[in-house]
Amino acid sequence: MPYTLVVNGTERRLDTPADESLLSVLRNHLELTGTKYGCGEGQCGACTVLLEGKPVRSCRTPVSLALGKKITTIEGLEQNGRLHPVQEAFLSVEAFQCAYCTSGMIMSAVALLEANPKPSEEDIARRMEGNVCRCGTYSRIVAAIQQAASRKGVTR
Amino acid sequence: MNEPTLYETEDRQHDVPRNVYRFDLPRRDFFKLMGAGITVGLYLRPGLAQESAAQRQFSGEQLPASLAAWLHIGEDGAVTVFTGKAELGQNIRTSLSQQVAEELHAPISAIHLVMADTDLTPYDRGTFGSRTTPTMGPQLRRVAATAREVLAAVAAERWQVKPASLVVRDGRFVNPSSNQSLSFAELSKGRELVKVLVEEVNLEPPADWKVAGTSVPKLDGRDFVTGRHQYTTDMSRPGMLHGKVLRPSTFRANLASVDTGAASKMAGVTVVRDGDFVAAAAADESLAARAVATMTAQWSAPPQISEKELFSFLKNKPDPAAGIEADPPQVAGSLEEGYNAAAKTLAQTYTIAYIAHVPLEPRAALAEWKDDKLTVWTGTQRPFAVRDELAQAFRVPSSKVRVIVPDTGSAYGGKHTGDAAVEAARLAKASGKPVKIVWSREEEFTWAYFRPSGVIDVKSGVANDGRITAWEFDNYNSGPAAIGTPYHIANQRIQFHPVDPPLRQGSYRGLAAPANHFAREVHMDELAHGVGMDPLEFRLRNLNDPRLRAVFEAAAEKFGWGREKPSAKRGFGMGGGFEKGGYVATCVEIEIEDGEVRVGRVAEAFECGAVVNPQGLNNQISGAIVQGLGSALFEAIHFDKGRILNPHLAEYRVPRFSDLPKIEVAVINRKDLPPAGAGETPMMGIAPAISNAIFSATGTRLRSLPLAPEGLSTRS
Repeated sequence: MPYTLVVNGTERRLDTPADESLLSVLRNHLELTGTKYGCGEGQCGACTVLLEGKPVRSCRTPVSLALGKKITTIEGLEQNGRLHPVQEAFLSVEAFQCAYCTSGMIMSAVALLEANPKPSEEDIARRMEGNVCRCGTYSRIVAAIQQAASRKGVTR
Repeated sequence: MNEPTLYETEDRQHDVPRNVYRFDLPRRDFFKLMGAGITVGLYLRPGLAQESAAQRQFSGEQLPASLAAWLHIGEDGAVTVFTGKAELGQNIRTSLSQQVAEELHAPISAIHLVMADTDLTPYDRGTFGSRTTPTMGPQLRRVAATAREVLAAVAAERWQVKPASLVVRDGRFVNPSSNQSLSFAELSKGRELVKVLVEEVNLEPPADWKVAGTSVPKLDGRDFVTGRHQYTTDMSRPGMLHGKVLRPSTFRANLASVDTGAASKMAGVTVVRDGDFVAAAAADESLAARAVATMTAQWSAPPQISEKELFSFLKNKPDPAAGIEADPPQVAGSLEEGYNAAAKTLAQTYTIAYIAHVPLEPRAALAEWKDDKLTVWTGTQRPFAVRDELAQAFRVPSSKVRVIVPDTGSAYGGKHTGDAAVEAARLAKASGKPVKIVWSREEEFTWAYFRPSGVIDVKSGVANDGRITAWEFDNYNSGPAAIGTPYHIANQRIQFHPVDPPLRQGSYRGLAAPANHFAREVHMDELAHGVGMDPLEFRLRNLNDPRLRAVFEAAAEKFGWGREKPSAKRGFGMGGGFEKGGYVATCVEIEIEDGEVRVGRVAEAFECGAVVNPQGLNNQISGAIVQGLGSALFEAIHFDKGRILNPHLAEYRVPRFSDLPKIEVAVINRKDLPPAGAGETPMMGIAPAISNAIFSATGTRLRSLPLAPEGLSTRS
């Protein structure tokens, strides 16, 4: 089925089955491999991307549901060589070990801060519960999100 | 399924010298590959170095065999370091670079590590056992210090001064008498020097470290927050196909028959049947999966046990008739005297469930045959072992196989084998194209291997003054790591009983040390309560090792041990020990509400000699606590007759944000001691500490891991 996706502000022409997962389309057809496969069950959050700014599990999202919507992946956060404040914060707090979960964590965190610019630790835990870091760097991720929240307040 | 269990390979063969490494890169090819410059290598064994150094140094046609590590300074001043270790998230790419920068007096940005590439890096047994920091660190420091001396000699010759009179900083040598300076690039230009390290060199003592010992951020961190880093799962090659394997119905099953007719007729699908291996490859990942889904197979499998029989099976299975014999017991003193001197005796049994590593990047490999040479990119902790596994599987010499490990999405002891590599290579051979295989989460939960389950019997005697007088410790199946007690006990017998296990099992972060610490430290708590002593006081009464005493005291102080009395809703517990050069003590506070246990607060003291990267160490410690919390409270693999019953994240609970306790870490930085590893030992105190805390609140003693998978109500 030929169709067009709008990914990170660019229109991309594609031809895949309509039921193919958005994750597979991003990774296998658009070479956007920053979005990760972790479980294929929507349970780990490694595949999180934004659809119209809302976090979705791309492994459980058929590409047909993404047609005509603005898709943002980890590759789309950096603007003109400047990292997004959440990326900056993850770097400065070193909120990762193996970092395989990091793309999904950052995308979920970006969506969280859009919805709630000053989240408490409890807010973060509740909204990020679907993202797994098996290395266990959760406390640093919480700190990074709070740092991004405070920096965003200053810079914007 | 009958391969030797991995912890045996690890625990028992740490000291077996390996002589298989052959480094055949001719010297001229080497400089063609790397460019001219200065090269320093380090022999694996000092004796060998002395023997052959005289004839090899500066004159050999090829780099010597048995190198442990090597370093090249190019004509542009770039420093390339080669090590067989793999980066799996433990942050050694950064910590090793720091140590090279320290000795070389070069900016860390000038240093690039080539890691875990069997064609380029020296042989290495594997990245496990917390060995990188205590072994590879000093080796690279010696290589770097020697390279600095070689450069100093070149500079001194140029200026006609003594090397010792020169100052080196930020990658430049300075002649203080003339104020002239030369960069590493200028000194390496036009040279083809090879120096093989023979003599001991002076290393910077940790107390004087300026780059090592500091919190240098992860060197390529930006690649990870932008998604730019390519894990094995992200890689592709021109013309690459995706592979999918037909999995057996149960463990130990043999293929009786299979119909692959429909799959073979699908356009663009390559089907392979080779023995029990059945798989398909296609340009499209979902097409390969659909092809395998069309196959119908009959499997035959022997009878296998169910989970409820597990612990009696393990206890009764050590079977000398089957060639499985218990390790010889470690005995000291006289148990009879020990029990005679005891006022109280205690015998208890502790059990450990099977658990899974759940690395977020599943097992994956990308294999490519070119002419008769096989190259495989795969996330493994043992690239050289996987190379040999591939060579054996395809009956080719090891020199025809190259294994490259991209920085990997974690392993925790779970990526020692080359399963995905062999599968991808088999499909690549059949299809004549590169093939990538990424295991699904379900395959990962089923066809990888598990942390061994176990039964641990502890029997002890204690005098009224709190001295332990007798100690017996029998571990069935879970493993011998850290089986000995760090407490001073005159009379003891300790024994490991291997079993032919019902599930495929292997190494896991810390091997059996978390299990043995769990049994020992819960038993210690039971003894303390038995003689009416505070658990901290009781441990210190029986502890001579000053380093272990120091972490218990530091953890207790950080935690505020004894400040608050436990209640039915709030409990306090501790656990600790020593393993792999690291000393750990952990205090926890648990909260109980409606039968649910939540860990509210953890204070952990850790000491592993001199600290190389404080931030990286803190990340390892906090991460180990969180991961250890999962296996303590709720992680368990359920199985029945050769099938895994919970092979999905929805059914296998791992720690999430809501499980996160407040974590306070006290690191004792012993700059007077060499650095030890920290990947495993920080995990060992948490499980017993939680069990002991639950007891302090409820009076219920939990002796089985996981402690409260369904909360406390069903367990008490």
